[in-house]
Amino acid sequence: MEKAIVLGCSAIGAGLAMIAGLGPGIGEGYAVGKTIESIARQPEAQGDCTRTMFIGVAMAESTGIYSLIIALVLLFANPLIKKL
Amino acid sequence: MDGPKVVFTIPIFGGIEITETIVIGWFVILIVLIASLYLTSGLKKIPNTKRQVIAEMLVGFVNNTVKKTMGERFIYFAPYIAALLLYSLLGSLVSLIGLRSVTADLNTTIAMALVTFVLITFFKIKTNGFFGYIKGFGSPIVLLAPLNVISEIATPLSMSFRMFGNIAGGSIITMLLYMALGAASKALHLSFQLGALQLNVVQVFIPAVLSIYFDLFTGCIQAYIFAMLTMVNVSMAADKS
Repeated sequence: MEKAIVLGCSAIGAGLAMIAGLGPGIGEGYAVGKTIESIARQPEAQGDCTRTMFIGVAMAESTGIYSLIIALVLLFANPLIKKL
Repeated sequence: MDGPKVVFTIPIFGGIEITETIVIGWFVILIVLIASLYLTSGLKKIPNTKRQVIAEMLVGFVNNTVKKTMGERFIYFAPYIAALLLYSLLGSLVSLIGLRSVTADLNTTIAMALVTFVLITFFKIKTNGFFGYIKGFGSPIVLLAPLNVISEIATPLSMSFRMFGNIAGGSIITMLLYMALGAASKALHLSFQLGALQLNVVQVFIPAVLSIYFDLFTGCIQAYIFAMLTMVNVSMAADKS
């Protein structure tokens, strides 16, 4: 019974953790949009703009990845089960 | 989703487990070694073979990227960056032939990020001196020292988690899709048993579309970003603060 409650709550927690995917999505959308704007203004700077954008997008993605890691830990390597 | 399987155990220090990741990593290293030896054999001043043109293209790409991002003074970093790029790229792309990605294991990415962390610390101490490095933690005020320590640790942590999360997340989504398609083909009575092999008709072709994004695109982009962040962080550490 206790195990079932912990497992169910872990699954819900994993789902809730992935709500953090919202933020990076919005942020990356802004970054890519601004990059396209600047490329449209200065097409010769496309290489530099794209390279910088990828680094920025990767940075913005970190928070989403952290939540993914937490969800993975809750689902596949649950530390709470061992505390029962 | 299971972790990497243990292939064999070395019976010293209470048993060191050699996992799938390490063995596939050896194969990747072997492939890189053979490819490098093949591409660079019989070099001429004016290239007349295709392989020398390819080798010059690869070396030129890495040299240009290092020069642009880190400056002319760090050109000796190019071999390390090239090795990092090739290992993480091929380590991600082995999933295309059905093997487990080397970078879908947190141990691999943490090891690579730790090398970067050591390099960052080395260059910070080299430019500012040891006391300058210690003093750097107390800036702008001493009260913020714990936060500075956390941000120092967060750099390798976020780099390794980013790579691991992207590759492992992609493989989990692909696995979920395979399970869903297997259930769908069973429900549609399109699942056949050919001896020991089970053939699910719906599983053909559809995962390939996702594989282009999750294996090819993510693998290439993450390898590039890891190398890029290493270069940016190291050259930032070498600037006087």
